[in-house]
Amino acid sequence: MRQLNRLLAAGRTDQNKVLNFTFNGKDYQGVAGDTLASALLANGIDVVGRSFKYARPRGIFGHGPEEPNAIMQIGSGASTIPNLKATQVELYEGLEAASVNGWPSVNFDIMGLIGAFGRLMPPGFYYKTFMYPKKLWMTYEHFIRKAAGLGSSPVESDPDSYEKLNQHCDVLVVGAGPAGLVAAREAARTGARVIIADEQSEFGGSLLASTQLIDGLSATQWVADITKELGAFSNVQRLPRSTVFGYYDHNFLAILERRTDHLGISAPSGPRQCMHRVRAAQVVLATGAFERPLVFAHNDIPGVMLASSVSTYVNRYGVAPGNRLVLAVTNDNAYQTAIDWYHTGRTVVAVVDSRTAPNGVLVEQVRALGIQILEGHGLIEAVGSKRVRKALVAPINEAGSEVTGSVQSLVCDLIASSGGWSAAIHLSSHTGAKPVWDASVVSFRPGESKQQERSAGACKGTFGVLDGLIEGANAGAEAAKLAGFGEGQVQFPTPLIDQIIEQPQQALFLVPHSKTTSRAPSQFVDFQLDVSAAGIELAVLEGFESVEHVKRYTALGFGTDQGKLGNINGMAILAKALGQGIAETGTTIFRPSYTPTTFGAIAGRDINHLFDPERYTAMHRWHVDSGAEFENVGQWKRPWYFPQVNETMQQAVDREGLAVRNSVGILDATTLGKIDIQGPDAAEFITRMYTNSYLKLAPGKCRYGVMLKEDGMIFDDGVCACLSENHYLMFTTTGGAAGVLSWLELWQQTEWPELQVYFTSVTDHWATATVTGPNARKVIAKVCQDIDLASESFGFMDWREGTVSGVAARVFRISFTGELSYEVNVPAHYGRYIWEQLIEAGAEFNITPYGTETMHVLRAEKGFIIVGQDTDGSMTPADMNMDWVVGKNKAFSFIGKRSLERSDSVRENRKQLVGLKTLDPSAVLPEGAQVVNDPNQPIPMSMQGHVTSSYYSASLGHSIALAVIKGGLSRMGDTIHCPAADGSSIAAEIVSSVFYDPTGARQND
Amino acid sequence: MLLIYCPNCLEYREEEEFSYGGEAHIARPLNPETLSDAQWADYLFFRTNPRGIHHEMWYHATGCRRYFNATRNTVTYEILETYQVGTQPQITGTEA
Ligand SMILES: [Zn+2]
Repeated sequence: MRQLNRLLAAGRTDQNKVLNFTFNGKDYQGVAGDTLASALLANGIDVVGRSFKYARPRGIFGHGPEEPNAIMQIGSGASTIPNLKATQVELYEGLEAASVNGWPSVNFDIMGLIGAFGRLMPPGFYYKTFMYPKKLWMTYEHFIRKAAGLGSSPVESDPDSYEKLNQHCDVLVVGAGPAGLVAAREAARTGARVIIADEQSEFGGSLLASTQLIDGLSATQWVADITKELGAFSNVQRLPRSTVFGYYDHNFLAILERRTDHLGISAPSGPRQCMHRVRAAQVVLATGAFERPLVFAHNDIPGVMLASSVSTYVNRYGVAPGNRLVLAVTNDNAYQTAIDWYHTGRTVVAVVDSRTAPNGVLVEQVRALGIQILEGHGLIEAVGSKRVRKALVAPINEAGSEVTGSVQSLVCDLIASSGGWSAAIHLSSHTGAKPVWDASVVSFRPGESKQQERSAGACKGTFGVLDGLIEGANAGAEAAKLAGFGEGQVQFPTPLIDQIIEQPQQALFLVPHSKTTSRAPSQFVDFQLDVSAAGIELAVLEGFESVEHVKRYTALGFGTDQGKLGNINGMAILAKALGQGIAETGTTIFRPSYTPTTFGAIAGRDINHLFDPERYTAMHRWHVDSGAEFENVGQWKRPWYFPQVNETMQQAVDREGLAVRNSVGILDATTLGKIDIQGPDAAEFITRMYTNSYLKLAPGKCRYGVMLKEDGMIFDDGVCACLSENHYLMFTTTGGAAGVLSWLELWQQTEWPELQVYFTSVTDHWATATVTGPNARKVIAKVCQDIDLASESFGFMDWREGTVSGVAARVFRISFTGELSYEVNVPAHYGRYIWEQLIEAGAEFNITPYGTETMHVLRAEKGFIIVGQDTDGSMTPADMNMDWVVGKNKAFSFIGKRSLERSDSVRENRKQLVGLKTLDPSAVLPEGAQVVNDPNQPIPMSMQGHVTSSYYSASLGHSIALAVIKGGLSRMGDTIHCPAADGSSIAAEIVSSVFYDPTGARQND
Repeated sequence: MLLIYCPNCLEYREEEEFSYGGEAHIARPLNPETLSDAQWADYLFFRTNPRGIHHEMWYHATGCRRYFNATRNTVTYEILETYQVGTQPQITGTEA
């Protein structure tokens, strides 16, 4: 049989159901109920990866999310997932796994070269080595990433679907170990809506590997019974394979449910994973604890494991990961592993106990089995390369700080260690509760609750099963009561279970070596990132005192296990090096996510076309049919340009622009924001918001205004029309519409509630077609007979109500091109009809549809700014050479006015908007280019400003640009330069920002 | 993610429906032109940023579109009360 470590006792697995899988390209077999880790151990696989820095061979160390070494790439192609822990991957038929660490192979790799130089890579190695010369970083990084391997993300689209579910419950129980199960039962019987979630494939937690009897039943039978009991409650939702990975504000918790990951790499049907977004009235945390390994020399050799992991593989998975066990302990609890191993029929070489004269119940049971107990001893070093061959043990002093006698060597192939347990305080820590060190249990405990939660059982530092059951039941009843259910009294009798009295444990973290820590072989604290005890001591020698700094300097806790295994040991070693206790050294803060979460689950269905809404105008289909290329403006899809056959973008834009200048063009301007404003105080309100006054704007008239933030900087611009007395229509920029409406509401609601004025967004209610060019009037005259279009009666900045092709319309004579323009507004449902009528009417003038690119060129020729392109939130109207738009004599101090007088707003040398004309008429400046006076000056150059807009103007026959330049308005005629990254430079002359028709004769026509 | 009681809708709604409006109870000076640059800057830029009790504006943007005030503990993020613009908080002080 190839599975040489498979025991006859199957545990929770089904040995009749064989599953085939591959690891690093080789075929293996496991059984149903295995994790990838238990199957690898069953097959006697020792080396599963290489460490990140020293490329040391590493084996499976743990059995859950604390696993630091067995980091796997699962599957291939579009569904592959990197960086899963083999201890958390359920085996299925055909599973493909590969080590993420170890190129080209885990057993022989090129990083051995670096491994040989391990001594040359102290903590701070990355900072010290790679920061200089900076240029080489890319080379180093490429090499190290490739060699060390961080897994690879799929490059194709994920074929699976993911779901998000919003849930509410009264009591959320996190963890379905002994405490969680009874907590859920107590809450459930009150009628409260209960969700109980557990990250493992089945409920039970530590009981799944327990040999204790509960209520006279095996622990696993008791679990099965209570799980079934919970299932009978209609108010209980049971979620196995579901990790509560984050605890957020106001009792909002996120659960990742892995629905089909245990069935195959891709979901056979339905969503692969589901993210539950839960708002819970009350929470019971029953997340258990992690065993702490002892830190000793070469404790990272494959074959060194956690004591509880050895027991779990034996009892739950029916796998014995070795033959001859040496167990190193500081406590009674771990003696169970010696008993479990003894019953496999394999050899327990010795139990090495750091304490003198241990005599607890489990200790005596082990002694009775005839197992050698080395009291007052430490396991100081493991010997071996790709598998443990020997354990070196020696007597140590009572304080556990030095070796006091001769070293003896024990032949073995498996070392299990236990330095006690650390409460899994992660979720409590997410809430901001500050963990408290409790020396009596040698663990942090959850801090004072910041939210509606309580911890129960091992995650609270209550490590005995019986005590955990009592605490869990109380927590469940209390949570239900606070959520409004029941009286808070426990109803079910406490399960019967033998209480095992334990003698005190010893708080020992680093086992002393006969050499000093700095000279001893590496004693690893964080396996993933090769952080050793000596490295932490060195960090202290180099002056680091804060645990947060030491963590960053050494990278302790920065691997994908996030320090679940090593953080407490690291803190204890740091505390000792600083000559202080753990409590004074600080605490450990955990943040979401508890374990890595897939992007797929976070995104859910919000992908592809559902990622963000797209907004279309009523004319959209016409644009699509006419071959338009589109541009995203906010959520709007706007025609960018309308290329004809074989036309480049520049050719299309040249043609469209010339058509407007020489005959007539048509633009879909529907997307401009439109806010309907009504009320007796509307004019007063609008006048407070804009820089200029609207108090005397008569019905039928429009005015262009600029809106400032209170700091005096331009925020939006647009035209506002008086529709009738107390009724206005405000146009905003396309992107600014929502922000402007909120801005108006803010001031009306919070500052001037006495002003009677009402706002309604009508952007989507109207479709707008802009007809512009010298022939615009002729086109409009063909479709509109009830408006007198003569310039004297319908002038520039007027608007009229009338009928266009039989549809009631508002026609505005406003212009963003500098040409005679009519903006025809009709109810949105008539948009496409009116558009087509105008196209037809303009056919004889070759009316040309144009897009946003041509719109930009035409407005730049006129020097019209685009807020957000030519301004950036630091520009006043004066900076934009638009002082004319500021009403200096308005009675009310409009928003932003006072700031225009601030010393910084009136200082000399502010950047001002100017035009740039390149000396080479065909050279188009890059937008964003920096402006300098002398391109030959040394870098860093003295920068004078930057180019904000730049185009080639077909109607002018040369390129044009707008720029903001320090003191630019008084530098007309100067030559400036725009240097590029490649060393070239373009020279340009500072000119007026109005390139075309400076008198405005054409738009006023 | 916060759960916020809108005093206008009279319901708890998810934070996604709201946007933050900055410190509350900062009245715009009635005569800005009479203020020195320093006084104006104090109104314009300076906020209390306390550790503990903070009165702040929220905007029910995808709901009733009303601004309202909230008293929030900036350490725990607990919202102790919400109340209408133009009214005063019941809970004051600095410490939570
Ligand atoms: Zn509301």
